[in-house]
Amino acid sequence: MSMTVALITVGLLALAFGLLLGYASIRFKVESDPLVDQIDEILPQTQCGQCGYPGCRPYAEAIANGDEINKCPPGGEATIKKLADLTGKEAKSLDASHGEEDIKKVAFIREDECIGCTKCIQACPVDAILGAAKHMHTVLTNECTGCDLCVDPCPVDCIDMVPVTTTTSSWRWDFEQTPRGDIPVKMVS
Amino acid sequence: MQLPQFEDIISRLGKGQTWSFSGGVHPLGNKHLSNQTCTVRPPLPEVFIVPVRQHIGTDGKILVSEGDLVKKGQPLTQSSQAFAVPVHAPTSGTVIAIGDHVTAHPSGLSETCIQIKPDGHETWDSLEVSTNYTELDKRDLVAQICNAGITGMGGAGFPTHIKASGSKTVEFLIINGIECEPYITADDRLMREQSASILEGIDILTHLLCPRAVVIAIEDNKPDAFEAIKQACQSRSDIHVIAVPTKYPAGGEKQLIQILTGREVPRDGLPIDVGVTMFNVGTCFAIADAILRGKPLIERIVTVTGKAVERPGNYWACIGTPVNHLLKVAGYLSDKQSQPEVIMGGPMMGFTLNDAAVPVVKITNCLLVPADDELTHGSNERACIRCSACADACPVHLLPQQLFWHSKAKEYDKAQDYNLFDCIECGACAYVCPSEIPLVHYYRKAKSDIRVERDERNKADKAKARFEARKARLEREKLEREAKHLKAKEARLAATDNKASTSSKDKVAAALARAKAKRAEQSATADTKVDTKETAPTANDNKKAAVAAAIARAKAKKAAQQASQQGDSSPAKTADTADNTADNSADNTVTTEPPQDNVVDAQAEKKKRVAAAVARAKAKKAAQQASQQAETPPVQTPDTAGSAADNSTDSTVTTEPSQDTVVDAQAEKKKRIAAAVAKAKAKKAAQEKNK
Repeated sequence: MSMTVALITVGLLALAFGLLLGYASIRFKVESDPLVDQIDEILPQTQCGQCGYPGCRPYAEAIANGDEINKCPPGGEATIKKLADLTGKEAKSLDASHGEEDIKKVAFIREDECIGCTKCIQACPVDAILGAAKHMHTVLTNECTGCDLCVDPCPVDCIDMVPVTTTTSSWRWDFEQTPRGDIPVKMVS
Repeated sequence: MQLPQFEDIISRLGKGQTWSFSGGVHPLGNKHLSNQTCTVRPPLPEVFIVPVRQHIGTDGKILVSEGDLVKKGQPLTQSSQAFAVPVHAPTSGTVIAIGDHVTAHPSGLSETCIQIKPDGHETWDSLEVSTNYTELDKRDLVAQICNAGITGMGGAGFPTHIKASGSKTVEFLIINGIECEPYITADDRLMREQSASILEGIDILTHLLCPRAVVIAIEDNKPDAFEAIKQACQSRSDIHVIAVPTKYPAGGEKQLIQILTGREVPRDGLPIDVGVTMFNVGTCFAIADAILRGKPLIERIVTVTGKAVERPGNYWACIGTPVNHLLKVAGYLSDKQSQPEVIMGGPMMGFTLNDAAVPVVKITNCLLVPADDELTHGSNERACIRCSACADACPVHLLPQQLFWHSKAKEYDKAQDYNLFDCIECGACAYVCPSEIPLVHYYRKAKSDIRVERDERNKADKAKARFEARKARLEREKLEREAKHLKAKEARLAATDNKASTSSKDKVAAALARAKAKRAEQSATADTKVDTKETAPTANDNKKAAVAAAIARAKAKKAAQQASQQGDSSPAKTADTADNTADNSADNTVTTEPPQDNVVDAQAEKKKRVAAAVARAKAKKAAQQASQQAETPPVQTPDTAGSAADNSTDSTVTTEPSQDTVVDAQAEKKKRIAAAVAKAKAKKAAQEKNK
């Protein structure tokens, strides 16, 4: 008798929890794939398309669907390492066919040579170029991601990629390279 | 935790009692090296280098240009926003350069500086003095403080006018005369020599902030300075002059608040959150100078000390004086140093300069030139033995060894979990470390790395947002364009339907004309080589027909377009009239055309056609290119381009009644112009579509 009671009780409990779980899975359904968002967070958002996809998010989606994680030259090894940590894949070295890791650059338009053709404006993925037809264009340096996409369309080749110079606000302490910039901390007592 | 109440604090301070903060160290002061002699005014250097930005915040707008003559105290930059503070000319002279120069930063990087060559006359700019400051509007007074370029003189360089214009009620106005870092005696000498001016500055701040109590805190290793201030405040019962037990870093803002009031400033908070505002004694002196004597902040006391200088002491150094000039004045002894080394700031928190041409700035309180055996440099770093001496010494309750592990391993997330950014970089942990680990080095590196990463992350987020906004915009434009095309197409269909029902006669006529034109074309190509005299009339006829047909076609198309643009407002009628006019004009051209020089005319006709075709092709190509660039092919662009091209053919055709070759040449030119106009129109249309 007690056996049957026990069985019924456990059975009822199982049913109740089953229903609860079933309801929860519908009620709290996650709409988007959070993995894609997480991968997208790691990618450098230059939107350069060097990976072969039209932007960072499409590449994030491709990685979530099993594509290689070593196709992002602007992110470099650091991004590959983070992606490897996140996806559990092996960290490979950068796929050279998609480009090489380079120092950070921004586009610069030689303004007296610009003919105002608006082609670079249309090429810029982040709307960082300002100008109008037949008027000089210029790059908003703070918004430029250094993606290179404006360089090719320019019919007069007046766009240069200029390396970003370190300023006092973007400088990092580096004790191996600048021992003279060292700070004293202790007095001989 | 209950914060100590105002009355309790006042009664305790009245008895000379204070609270304390946990941790702290007692390094050798070495203040006697430099505090024995009076402050000296050094001779003018050969050139002043005034950095445009010397404080936390943004640069002002530069007011001078190269070659300008400036007077002493003349503003060189202008404050354009709240966090920008101007800088002033330290002496009269000529601006010789405005450009990058190495500045007082551990990186040794260059920043914008204004270089002034002194003329030696020290001519002052006109000084605006307001002795009756109590009658002034407080906002004007704050603006005067800002325009005098005053920033915190203690070390951080926070713009003073922002602190002085707070709207919150201030219980305690604390004047910081602690100067806890070893070697530095700039504030010590200032308090001894200028106590009256300091008190005037305090009065101005009291007038501005209306605090319930004013406390001047001086460390008890400066008895002379304490006496001097005490004497200056003899008749002032509202000012409490407190001697604070010597302990490093008692001069830190949050530490001093804890010592004097027993209140702890929240980790993300400001002193004002616990009812306190704090100013350095040097700042008070600068305020008095600015308001009562009209002098902007162009000089400060700098301690030049260490065993590698012959005459250690304090100097009234103008802002912008190169460090090497001060070292020369103080007598630098190069034989005491195996390699040249100058530390800006004190031995605990300062940094080694990369270049001796670095200028003195508003926050430079000390130049330490140590002999070889004076300081250690953390070069004998050994492994951490987990003794936790650092944790005992930390004044802000952090766990320095945990921070060290994580910073060294670049596990910055974990380092931040241990509140890395609460570290005040006082160096107490490194001072007590038996393994001589330069702990603060690791923290500074970790902090700068995290800051740069955070900036990059922010930039990436911004780029992402802009990219997505652009994508959304392109998508929206595409949809709008499609909707527009659909509407246009419907209108066009409706128009043709109407035309089919009402103007079948015209249509028949047009069809006839088309057939005629075709035939004419064929015969024209076939007959061109045949005897001119015989075929002249037929060729002429054919040509006429062709012209008429072309005009009719163009006009019909134009009419249809007009109809579709006009929508439903009697499109059939307009089409009708258009057709009629087309026919009429065709007739007119036919009747007015003189049958002369047939061969030449036929050739010209051919040329015209070719030109028109080329124009149309070019227009189409332009339209296609434009549409390709926009990724979304605008359907209507080729249409409009086509119509433009048609128009051009139309115009070339109507220019036909030319008689001889000269006229023909003119016509040719006109044609070209028309074709170019068509091309330009097509391109413009395509661009407009893309935008």
